[in-house]
Amino acid sequence: MKRYIIRRFLFGIVVVWIVSVMIFLATRIGPDPAFMIASPGADEAELNAIRDRFGMNEPLPVQYFIFITKALQADFGESIYYGLPVAEILWQRLPASLLLVGTAKFISLGFGILAGMLAARRRGSFTSNLLRWFSFLGLSMPNFWIAMLFILIFSVTLQVLPTGGYGTFWHLLMPAFSLGWYFSAGYTRLTESSLLQVLNTEYIKLCRVKGLSELSVVGKHALKNALIPVVTLAGMNIVLMVSGAVAVEMVFAWPGLGLLMYHGAVYRDFNVVQAVILFISVMMVFINLAVDILYAYLDPRIRYD
Amino acid sequence: MGAGFIVWLKDIWRRVPKGAVIIILLLIATAVFADFMALHDPEIGDPRQRLLPPVWGAGGQWSYLLGTDTMGRDVLSRLIYGSRISLLVAFSAVIIAGCIGTVLGVIAGFFGGWVDQVIMRFTDAWLSIPTVMFGVLMAVILGPGVWNIVIILGGTFWSRYARVVRGQTLSIKSRDFVQLARIAGCGKFWIIRKHILPNVFDSVITLSSLQIGIVIVVEASLTFLGVGVPPPKPAWGLMLSEGRGGLLAGYWWLVIFPGVAIALLVTSFNVIGDWLRRYLDPFYRNIE
Repeated sequence: MKRYIIRRFLFGIVVVWIVSVMIFLATRIGPDPAFMIASPGADEAELNAIRDRFGMNEPLPVQYFIFITKALQADFGESIYYGLPVAEILWQRLPASLLLVGTAKFISLGFGILAGMLAARRRGSFTSNLLRWFSFLGLSMPNFWIAMLFILIFSVTLQVLPTGGYGTFWHLLMPAFSLGWYFSAGYTRLTESSLLQVLNTEYIKLCRVKGLSELSVVGKHALKNALIPVVTLAGMNIVLMVSGAVAVEMVFAWPGLGLLMYHGAVYRDFNVVQAVILFISVMMVFINLAVDILYAYLDPRIRYD
Repeated sequence: MGAGFIVWLKDIWRRVPKGAVIIILLLIATAVFADFMALHDPEIGDPRQRLLPPVWGAGGQWSYLLGTDTMGRDVLSRLIYGSRISLLVAFSAVIIAGCIGTVLGVIAGFFGGWVDQVIMRFTDAWLSIPTVMFGVLMAVILGPGVWNIVIILGGTFWSRYARVVRGQTLSIKSRDFVQLARIAGCGKFWIIRKHILPNVFDSVITLSSLQIGIVIVVEASLTFLGVGVPPPKPAWGLMLSEGRGGLLAGYWWLVIFPGVAIALLVTSFNVIGDWLRRYLDPFYRNIE
């Protein structure tokens, strides 16, 4: 077990290292960012001064070495556009992202589990079919389109919700729903199939024989076990949500990591872009690691090799 | 061959989700015959006919069935030509991703050892990179253009194939017929070509049909964000981003129709993918 954890951890580090090299190289193969920062018509001396300031005159391996040693100390350099340390901006934007993703997660999980339970218990009934189609629909609509539909309905026609911005509960509703809808389909399907599996086991039959009420059998005994894969998927989806939020954040001017990264890319503020993508990738690697280890811990049948 | 093929076709037709298949075929036909179907030029508008509502709205005209945009371009014609871009990007990106992923997955699974380790760590790295964000970054670096988007999406989406194909290869490799082929003295590449590749093909097709919807949505997202297909091309994502400006003024038709087109295409692919997964999976096949 210990060996397995150490091994997985080392794998995680290797993956993070590959990601960092990739992102670093991606931002260096493009057009010279110095042109973007310099005033139009700047001469070579001016461009060189800018390159010097951001360390772009060193050979690539040296640049990477400096980048990675600093990144390990949570120092991602200075933002070219904002003129602030990138780490500081990142921390400023993180709460908004977490709030949005947290709410979207809550909505999609709540809906998915409910719809999945209904689908498993009352197969083919009108309500369960309706809920299933509703969640399936979320898979096919780009989240930024859902966002614009919401604006059209709730801001333009009904005039009950603000079109964008950040601050109150009302600002949160439309972004969270447009982001969460897509993910509800996965939870619905997984809850349904895993609940159906659990309901076929011996211990559930025993519960029934004991004469427990249907609500207690399904809601208490079966659901507990059936939700393990659902919660795992939810954990692994967090990162997908953060990165999928780029367009939603843009539509609603929501000041999260997605918008930060998007502006960074458009303004060639590559220090910011590097930091956001690296931050999210590292999160992803460690969430996966945690899930793997948790599974190995919970299920002794998993082979440690 | 001819008669057998027709029987096979009839048999398949009985089983497929017909609505989804018909929608996909219609959209492919639209893309192919766009020149004959569109009434107007998709990129050059008529400045006298700006912001006309759909035909049933006040002031709508029959020759502009779904209205016009801020530059007087016919929404329906743009939608028709847009299907070309969406389908072209989606199919090419999935084919590229499928090829890269299958090759790497087979190599990793078949040869094992350090080759497997290196390939799988790269796959893990690609899987943990946020797709949309990395797409935005690469699109900014490579510049706007349809083929750049294809390259970016193909170069991002291969990782899932590699993972799945490697797993399949591992399980096929340990089966008796491969072991026997080995004992019979068949070469490695012969085994890969004759035994492994045909057997992973089903999973690659299933995965593709499920991936293609995601690829279409990501392409639309990148284009919507202004880093994908450049204007004045009639890409659906671009139509949505142009329509966003008129949202608060109530020009709903600029936002509704392109989105419906995307949703229709993606739903159809998802339904077919779902069906394929059950049809090609031997476990489900026996039940149905």
